[in-house]
Amino acid sequence: MSDLKLHHNRVAKHISSLPKSGIRDFFDLVNSMDNVISLGIGEPDFIAPWHIREATIYALERGHTSYTSNLGLLSLREEICNYLDKNYNLDFSADSECIVTVGVSEALDLILRAIINPGDEIIYHEPCYVSYESEIRMAHGIPVVVETKEEYDFSLYPDDLRTKITPKTKAIILNFPCNPTGATLSDDQLKEIAQIAIENDLIVITDEIYSELTYDGEHTSIATLPEMKDRTVFLHGFSKAYAMTGFRIGYACGPEDLIDAMMKIHQYSMLCASILAQEAALEALINGETEMLKMKDEYCERRNVIVKGLNEIGLKCFKPKGAFYVFPNITSTGLTSVEFATQLLNKKQVAVVPGTAFGQCGEGFVRCAYAASIDDIKIALKKIQEFCDELK
Amino acid sequence: MKDKILKILGRNARLSNAQIAERLDISEQEVSETIANLENDGIIKGYKTLINEDYLSEKKVKAMIYIKINPEKDKGFDHIASRLSKFPEVVSLYLVSGEFDLILEIHEKTLKDVGVFISSKLATIDGVVSTDTHFILKKYKELGTLLTKEEKYERLKVTP
Repeated sequence: MSDLKLHHNRVAKHISSLPKSGIRDFFDLVNSMDNVISLGIGEPDFIAPWHIREATIYALERGHTSYTSNLGLLSLREEICNYLDKNYNLDFSADSECIVTVGVSEALDLILRAIINPGDEIIYHEPCYVSYESEIRMAHGIPVVVETKEEYDFSLYPDDLRTKITPKTKAIILNFPCNPTGATLSDDQLKEIAQIAIENDLIVITDEIYSELTYDGEHTSIATLPEMKDRTVFLHGFSKAYAMTGFRIGYACGPEDLIDAMMKIHQYSMLCASILAQEAALEALINGETEMLKMKDEYCERRNVIVKGLNEIGLKCFKPKGAFYVFPNITSTGLTSVEFATQLLNKKQVAVVPGTAFGQCGEGFVRCAYAASIDDIKIALKKIQEFCDELK
Repeated sequence: MKDKILKILGRNARLSNAQIAERLDISEQEVSETIANLENDGIIKGYKTLINEDYLSEKKVKAMIYIKINPEKDKGFDHIASRLSKFPEVVSLYLVSGEFDLILEIHEKTLKDVGVFISSKLATIDGVVSTDTHFILKKYKELGTLLTKEEKYERLKVTP
């Protein structure tokens, strides 16, 4: 430790310059406390359905402990393509347009590394999942933020996107339904964003990990719009809809040249996703719909409860159409996001995540995940009410 | 909306109308009217509590009885089934496919009571060809609910 200074050059510049997550301290504080009611988890509170766990055990029993092909088990890729065809109206070839990855996180890393030449600009929208900016930087790209705004229910307003495009723009990352806002895109917005991508010859990377959890209306993938399939890389996985976060299993589907480039990186860095996770994913696709819809029904009920409760407290939030997050405005309390979350945690033992964890424009908001039981949500709401009353 | 309310009540029948209304984002009045209709139409037949009877002081002897029947002309199985289902000690009764025709679950105070039911009430019915009695030794799950205790798994309290 004493020689830290001596070694100051050991870490690569683009890594040492990565923004250090200011939220880490807060997370450590929460995780060190007992008896916390948490609206802070970015994962389902359900356990993966038993049939999926059972299929994983069965795979182990049969001795499925080997590598798989780099792209992933063909049976899984075929099932993924069937699923996307049936549910998303997307037509991909299991042989050449689909790769199984270690979660969407790996898939995003692969596509960014596959397309970015140093200095290329990648546009993404904030508030967003914590890793986008850093993943772009790690791939030597330049992250360009477009802010989504409360007045548009945190949807991506196409005109805002347009102003960010430069000759260096290579791709846009979309994540709808969105973590942390729960925002979705309307059909008109999708069309306009697609138009912008076509006009400027951009690649669209669309992280649709929450797409099954769409409550009002149907989810539409931008990849289904005319002329979009050839420029869209569709990222998806099993973590959210099937409550399989710890399995670390996801996939990317897209044009053959891009999938092939992703495959090159994947084969040298990851080789393949865990065969057990792949077998579990296969089971989820074949037999998982009933349990998935049950969980979705519960999320929808919880959403209704929490949205009403927060608005009654005076923490204004729109009713999100997807994912399992609400993103209330807390400026009426006079506190910053971090102050609000820290004080709420210390005084009332309720955990929410400061909006600034998801980008600077998340200031004035907190993320409440309703991946918690309704009983816990009700208790949390009561405690948030007390907390806000005591501030007055 | 009927289906959604039924689904919720199926999970937890003790929820108040206000709680159900909140979950479905509809008015309390709509909930109470829908439930009243469901009760009147005989779709909701009742509300009961799932009890882990291991903790009750009064233990009952429970058995599943598989029954073979010679169906009656014109009346099929329904006549005998309806007679059997009127005994209060019969807690459930199903017509099934396969080797047997009816499966009957009976709860009695003692082993002897089960014997008496079989010999004097069941076997004496015209048309009952044979019975095969299986005493229940342990219940693991009832109506979708596990009766055994599961270890709770603690996940992280906050994740991005």
